[in-house]
Amino acid sequence: MALRRFLSHKAAVGSCVLLALMVLAVILSPFTARYGVNQSVRKPPNTFLPPQKLAWFGTDDIGRDLYSRLIYGIRVSLIIGLFSALISTIVGCVVGAVAGFRGGRFDDVVMRVTDLFLAFPFLVALLVIRNTIGSIHWLTVIIGDKSSARFIVFLLAFFGWMGVARIVRGQVLALKEREFIEAARAVGATRRYIVRKHLLPNSIGPIMVALSFAVVGAITAESTLAFFGYGPQAGDGATSLGILVGAAKGAVQTGYWWIAVFPCFALVLISLAINFIGDALRDATDPRLDRGE
Amino acid sequence: MVWALPTLLLVTFLVYIALRLGTDPLQSYLRTNPRASRDKIEQYKAVNGLSSNYVLGYFHWLKNFVTFNWPRSIKGSREVWPELKDALVNTIRLGSLATFLGVVIGLLVGMFAALKPGSRRDVAVNTGAFLGISIPPYITAVLFQLVFSVYWSRWFGHTLFPTSGVYPAGHTGFDLVLMLKHMALPTMVVAIQVVAVYSRYMRSSLLDVLNSDFMRTARSKGISERQILFRHGVRNALIPVVTIAALDIGAIIGGLIISENIFAYPGMGVYFLSAFGTGDFPLLMPWMVLVVASTLIFNLIADVSYAFLDPRIRLD
Amino acid sequence: MSELVLSIRDLRVTFDTPLGPLEAVRGVDIDVHAGEMMGVVGESGSGKSVTFLAAMGLLPHRAKITGSVLLNGQEMIGAPNKVLRNMRGGLMSMIFQDPLSALNPVHRVGDQIVEMLQAHQSQLSDKDASKRAVELLDIVGIPQAAERAHQYPHEFSGGMRQRVVIAIAIANNPKVLIADEPTTALDVTVQAQILEVIERVQKTFGTAVVLITHDLGVIARVADRVNVMYAGRNVEKGGVDSLFDHPSHPYTRGLLASLPHEGAERLTPITGFPPNMLMPPPGCGFAPRCSFANDGCLTSLPALRSFGDLETACLRAEQIVVDGARP
Repeated sequence: MALRRFLSHKAAVGSCVLLALMVLAVILSPFTARYGVNQSVRKPPNTFLPPQKLAWFGTDDIGRDLYSRLIYGIRVSLIIGLFSALISTIVGCVVGAVAGFRGGRFDDVVMRVTDLFLAFPFLVALLVIRNTIGSIHWLTVIIGDKSSARFIVFLLAFFGWMGVARIVRGQVLALKEREFIEAARAVGATRRYIVRKHLLPNSIGPIMVALSFAVVGAITAESTLAFFGYGPQAGDGATSLGILVGAAKGAVQTGYWWIAVFPCFALVLISLAINFIGDALRDATDPRLDRGE
Repeated sequence: MVWALPTLLLVTFLVYIALRLGTDPLQSYLRTNPRASRDKIEQYKAVNGLSSNYVLGYFHWLKNFVTFNWPRSIKGSREVWPELKDALVNTIRLGSLATFLGVVIGLLVGMFAALKPGSRRDVAVNTGAFLGISIPPYITAVLFQLVFSVYWSRWFGHTLFPTSGVYPAGHTGFDLVLMLKHMALPTMVVAIQVVAVYSRYMRSSLLDVLNSDFMRTARSKGISERQILFRHGVRNALIPVVTIAALDIGAIIGGLIISENIFAYPGMGVYFLSAFGTGDFPLLMPWMVLVVASTLIFNLIADVSYAFLDPRIRLD
Repeated sequence: MSELVLSIRDLRVTFDTPLGPLEAVRGVDIDVHAGEMMGVVGESGSGKSVTFLAAMGLLPHRAKITGSVLLNGQEMIGAPNKVLRNMRGGLMSMIFQDPLSALNPVHRVGDQIVEMLQAHQSQLSDKDASKRAVELLDIVGIPQAAERAHQYPHEFSGGMRQRVVIAIAIANNPKVLIADEPTTALDVTVQAQILEVIERVQKTFGTAVVLITHDLGVIARVADRVNVMYAGRNVEKGGVDSLFDHPSHPYTRGLLASLPHEGAERLTPITGFPPNMLMPPPGCGFAPRCSFANDGCLTSLPALRSFGDLETACLRAEQIVVDGARP
């Protein structure tokens, strides 16, 4: 039934299709990309070529095909986004469920901490935490140096779990008072059992919504970081969507519009698509039907 | 409200630790002043509270901070307060203008959409808000730069809105029109974010209210439509919007920082990014205190306004 | 008979739903005289509330309404908004089932009464309006009215809130007060109190009251005349005593029989379910469930007609009542 409601949101369905195509193109990247990620299109002159048959989206400052780099870049960003969102969601679910269910001191503390973090300007917190975690040596051994993709995944997960936790906590609070939970308690179910078998399955809807917004958040955050120069710096020309968008900064004044337009367009498209899906998921799993339409 | 001061201290303490770990104030100092004498180094460490014990060091720093004995910046040994003050003033100008415009327009637009749900204008508003939320502010900023500066001048031969700074270089004195022209683009970028968020909140909240029973009672009283809409509908719809609003300040500030950076507007955002880039501890700590304090203040304002608007939760 | 204050003729209300048109009210005639207590009985879905919501003009725009509603001689159906607004709260007011959600939670109780007063008596100064509001609260039986006028709805109990709602409704001395299930959401003990308040108001101000309910006990207690509705139409009308004594329509008889009474060991419900108003039956609405129905009942839609001192819409009323026909 929820599936049917989801499918009635045309924008969301279109987004699913679009994303599926994109993911397919990205997975099959050795075939769909026309050049290597660090490969020059041809011998010089090859820099800053406008879109043409040789390079569909034009070339960048050292002659690499923007189209191919975009495919590889999207792959990196999608992976970063997905992984960090997954970690955020798992951690957030656990913390949120425990906080909502147990209440009390733990819940209070969690709420205050997340409140404060979420209220702080995002970029500032991101940069400061990035540097702080990056300077703790034993941590960097585990999760990688602060310019690596792995590090970014964990950094973004560190911020992402809080939003998920709040959503899950809210849902658990609402469910906690329902009769079927009381009934479970009355037959002696342990708290852990209740959480596992009753609360979490009934929260699948909001959790999926939280997951989709976490993915969007992560991808946007990664690109914001990269835009300001703090993104993943991999060697041998590897790139991410954020890095490509970051190059847009300089491109504006010089008039090489393709360097700005294509990556930005891709980023916006991906955000829109995931947002549509998240929104439609939310509508599909929201029990309140009278939304005035 | 009692929480405010201890929270402020706690958070600034955490920030202190984070910055010490993250930006390594000592290294940064040595990097910028490689030929500093031993004395100078010791003095720097003392004034900034950089002793090896973090807790003691924090209180050292705190003492200097509250007695206005602020250390000078690492680079160029500049006084912190005048720069911070200028940045603060600029950001407040930009921020208040953008927030004010954004909130007013956002609320009106949300109302506009909620009155005819499912209609074409509702769809238009929803789509617009969606776009506003999905497009990161720096992209809008770059887009505006492209359109209003580069291409506009190509097409029309002059720049409609300048893309950097508060005044053109070398300008002195206060000129409102010029200042507004420079603020136009960054304000628009931030305002778009604000409008997108608030219109969605308002629409959803107002829809909920319009479907409630007491709206039916209001209508059965025979009062005018406008009274019904504002005294009953909007008044109640504002309650959840306000609560979320004040907590959203952080997001607005975030958008401000990005906008300022791209348009080279000398506000708190640019101040932070450049100070952070050089690891300038003396510049960073006061900035942090200001931001944390304002975040807490806005939280407080949120609580107070919420109680003011909704009598059900007032504490007796 | 005293003058007619509200006269509803052939009222029809159809809603456009995603599943098709829903005929909630299918030709209802109701007369309300000055100062009388008219009970309107029916189950959920009978159209009793919708009828009066339509009369008040409180239905959403997509509802299609035809017929005539004369309030004090003024036609309400299709009247311009200004006329409707004058009427609502001035000549005719309505109170609803759930008092908590009926009151605006962020306005003080006294202010909500003042709003009603000033909407129709604009010459009242704020001070006078406030004074009148306190008087009204007193009339409906709220203790310490002067202080409580400054309180918010959530500070009142359910019964008190309903009294406030009544105070708002009678503020401008309306000719007709429509009470839509006013006691359903309240405790039994409080129900009696609220009914008493309504009665008192009626006697004091001479207001005609339309009491919509599904509870026959309430009707028996306070109503002067009764109007029974089923499947969007009237099925029986008459004075309360006559109706309870010798009901003619099988539905009314079923209702009365289903009340618990002494000596009976089991309850006798009416079998079956109310019809689906998306596809109403072609004949008498009750026929599918009626143990007396014949083929004629299933195919022809009966109209109200005189039957002794009652009016009935049953084609076989004579056979059932007079001849004592067996089902």
